[in-house]
Amino acid sequence: MAAQLKPKLDALEARLASLSLPEGGWSAPARQDALARLGATGLPNARDEYWKYTRPDTLVAREAPAAAVFEASETPIFSGRDRLKITFVDGVFDPEQSDALELEGIAIERLAEAGTKDIHWAKDLYGVLEARGQSPVERPLAALNTAFATDGILIHVTGTPSKPVSLVYIHKDEGSDAILHHAVKVETGAEITLLENGPAAARFNKVLEVDVADGGKFHHVRAQGRDHERRAATHIFARLGEESLFKSFTMTANGVLTRNECVIEFTGDDAVAHVAGASMGDGDFHHDDTVFITHDAVNCESRQVFKKVLRNGATGVFQGKILVKKDAQKTDGYQISQSLLLDDDSQFLAKPELEIYADDVACSHGSTSGAIDDTALYYLRSRGVPLREAQDLLTLAFLAEALDEIEDDSLADEIRERLDGWLARRRG
Amino acid sequence: MLEIKGLEVKLEEEDKQILKGVDLSVEAGSVHAIMGPNGSGKSTLSYVLSGRDGYEVTGGSATLNGEDLLDIEPEERAAKGLFLAFQYPVEIPGVGNMTFLRTALNAQRKLRGEEEISSADFLKLVRAKAKDLKIDAEMLKRPVNVGFSGGEKKRNEILQMAMLEPKMCILDETDSGLDVDAMKLVSDGVNALRDEGRAFLVITHYQRLLDHIKPDVVHIMANGRIIKTGGPELALEVEKNGYADILSEVA
Repeated sequence: MAAQLKPKLDALEARLASLSLPEGGWSAPARQDALARLGATGLPNARDEYWKYTRPDTLVAREAPAAAVFEASETPIFSGRDRLKITFVDGVFDPEQSDALELEGIAIERLAEAGTKDIHWAKDLYGVLEARGQSPVERPLAALNTAFATDGILIHVTGTPSKPVSLVYIHKDEGSDAILHHAVKVETGAEITLLENGPAAARFNKVLEVDVADGGKFHHVRAQGRDHERRAATHIFARLGEESLFKSFTMTANGVLTRNECVIEFTGDDAVAHVAGASMGDGDFHHDDTVFITHDAVNCESRQVFKKVLRNGATGVFQGKILVKKDAQKTDGYQISQSLLLDDDSQFLAKPELEIYADDVACSHGSTSGAIDDTALYYLRSRGVPLREAQDLLTLAFLAEALDEIEDDSLADEIRERLDGWLARRRG
Repeated sequence: MLEIKGLEVKLEEEDKQILKGVDLSVEAGSVHAIMGPNGSGKSTLSYVLSGRDGYEVTGGSATLNGEDLLDIEPEERAAKGLFLAFQYPVEIPGVGNMTFLRTALNAQRKLRGEEEISSADFLKLVRAKAKDLKIDAEMLKRPVNVGFSGGEKKRNEILQMAMLEPKMCILDETDSGLDVDAMKLVSDGVNALRDEGRAFLVITHYQRLLDHIKPDVVHIMANGRIIKTGGPELALEVEKNGYADILSEVA
């Protein structure tokens, strides 16, 4: 044990040398706790079972590997809609490119102001769900985030704001290493939509904690990409109260390393959580969705729908677990992970897991890898659709089931148009 | 319109000759029917003409209005006016029927160097054509052929044909799986498209479809060849006596 821990602690020590603990204020105790958790686990390495398919080296390295800044020619997604925009450039809040942090139905604070301003409701949330999510599986990068996050947005949702909160990330410095920590508390009966988009930094460590009280609703739509050289490790930790709703969808295009973890805990009965992802990439693209859903309440529904389009040797990873505790009767758990392999060189590695202690549950999981359906391709071509266009149409069709998880039709349409545009651009 | 000369085709994967020298000439404005027992090569002929993978042409030729068909891609054949109504229309989950129709129509126009159709004109066109075939808005919205009944699938094929306005239409056992009412609906759809500049090749097992879509010429295909050609009366003879007489007569 000690022999295995030693290199992880050494890696931690090396990493800590390039970090300094921010002035904490109300967040100081949570940061100290996180540092203690980190001190017990160290940082992950290739020998960790949980990191079997994704190498954590560059995520834990002392310095962020450089990443070229990606200049997108298209207008950023979500920019056409009515929203409250909050911008971070290389992980630093930019007031010039942000709206005033005011919106009826919510209170917004910045983590960076924790040292000078007391935000009592955030104290009960910051790092709390992350800490709960450390068991039964360690998530050291998330603990590191809680300890060292330099900024982030804290949202207290007490009503139903008229528009979504939209976090926009901009990458400017080739060596930027951003650590952001957002926390959202949705009170009873309240509802919010959170949007995220844009390349954040050369290396990005992000945690989002979401605490949804009874009857609250949280919608999340995120677009990652098309920057390719970035390395990102993101975590979502959600706790769901009675009859609450949680929906999170992520679209990812490109990226040499993206690991999106989502940890959800049902604590109240009759709640619903859907988490979905649609990703596509080429060549040295590596994309990992790691999901852990704990059912600890009665009659809750969870759905995981993950689709990956891989070509030219790209790698897709899915680790998804549904844990149903002893008293979580009437649990309805569904999990599907699928890859569309556009050539023989790409690979999809999937580890679906069910662990069930209750006896009256319906849980199902499936995982498939396949190529484009030749018959459908021929059918489309026989109607005059050229080969590449037909392939793209079927690629979009493959991703459609994940997009269906987005509740708001206009957001789903915007994601679909974006994917369609990206495919068309590649087609030339 | 369609000229097939000495067409020989084998399966790509195995050494099995399917077509052994098919000769067929279909003139503009005419309706030809091909009948024949199972395994005679009728469907293979339709697949080879439309460009499906898995077949190897070992001899002969096929041209559409004088242009070689066999050397070009399936989409180019479609743009030149060839259309195959499938015996088993393909289900495509995740692709809406409307998207499919518009993509196909615009792709063909683009390949021919024509302007794309506007959204408004497309909607008007598809609604009018769908109405004739009793295809409702719900069916247009659903993914292509997913959850369609056998009859709905065949009506959807004819809708595509009506939208794309091909010159040479091949109908591969369009009557299979249709009840009497659906057969009438589909036949009316086909007859509405009969035109001086358009030709049809109707592949079927049964005379009953030919009661509705009246052919000018009937061919009997067996063992990879057209073995007999005649008028509409040939179909009636098959209906009455089966293929045995014709087969033995030719042998």
